[in-house]
Amino acid sequence: MKSASGAHTGTGSWLLQRATAVVLALTLPVLIVYVLAATPIDDFAGWQALFSPLWLRVLGLLAAVALALHAWVGMRDLFMDYVRPTLLRLALYLAVVVTLAGSVAWLAAVLWSVA
Amino acid sequence: MGMGMKFRLYRYDPESGEPPFMQDVELDIDPAGKMLLDALIAIKAQDETLALRRSCREGVCGSDAVNVNGRNRLACITPLGELKEPVEVRPLPGLPVIRDLVVDMEPFFRQYRSIKPWLVNDDPEPEVERLQSPEQRARLDGLYECILCACCTTACPSFWWNPETFVGPAGLLQAYRFIADSRDEAISARLDHLEDPYRLYRCRGILNCVDACPKGLNPAEAIGRIRTQLVKRRV
Repeated sequence: MKSASGAHTGTGSWLLQRATAVVLALTLPVLIVYVLAATPIDDFAGWQALFSPLWLRVLGLLAAVALALHAWVGMRDLFMDYVRPTLLRLALYLAVVVTLAGSVAWLAAVLWSVA
Repeated sequence: MGMGMKFRLYRYDPESGEPPFMQDVELDIDPAGKMLLDALIAIKAQDETLALRRSCREGVCGSDAVNVNGRNRLACITPLGELKEPVEVRPLPGLPVIRDLVVDMEPFFRQYRSIKPWLVNDDPEPEVERLQSPEQRARLDGLYECILCACCTTACPSFWWNPETFVGPAGLLQAYRFIADSRDEAISARLDHLEDPYRLYRCRGILNCVDACPKGLNPAEAIGRIRTQLVKRRV
């Protein structure tokens, strides 16, 4: 069976993975230092206070979106290498997209529910 | 003299119906000044059923690439003295074995052909020749020296998983050799043909290719330069 090439999507995915890596490299240290500096937190009010600044919630959500997009490219690469049947691959893509998008939406809901 | 060297050779004869096996061989050879190929030829003189490829025996033709103690190398420029015993010699990984140390290079050359390894130039032919400035010519250094021995491509896990869709380091080095050539006019078509998620972008920067190349070339750098061209024309 002949196989076609020429889907011009390689550069876009590669750029997306690199760009999100840069975003993660910049946001994760800030988030980690901020949370570590505030710990230990032993009650709900403490956590609520920790996430009350808007900039922190925006930064957290930005990092989560970057992580989800980064993970999407990575998982897609894994499936491209190891899962050959098209239907199974598409099903796995869908599962990953739903999981990642759902996680980001859930995080947004949690972050904004405490405010 | 009697300086015995121990070898373990991968043996496979499809006509025997037997599975491949490792054969222990002892050879009376003084390693001083000799290459692995000298030993393999001496072993073949004792046992003519051993199949291997070789031609120029000085690292120019690229016929005798084999896996030596886990690394892809040219047997003819691998000094015997520096090898740990028993010297384990296997065919190149990732390609079908035809017999013993001889592999079917077709999947490798199919990818090489796919990058159209020739100059594309539709301009009328000039009176004399298509001239290059010394600077334009210098851009081909580190690219044209490739001898297509397949040491790099068969050391690449991305090629092991995707031999039909990933061009592999040798093919991509050659792709860049023509992209970089001032006389070639097909850069856009060449880039188009490499931009899908497989042909170039299966490269994950493992860098086995750089480690394996017996000519000291850097396919990973060439891949990076192609990627730069792809990004430049997109953003």
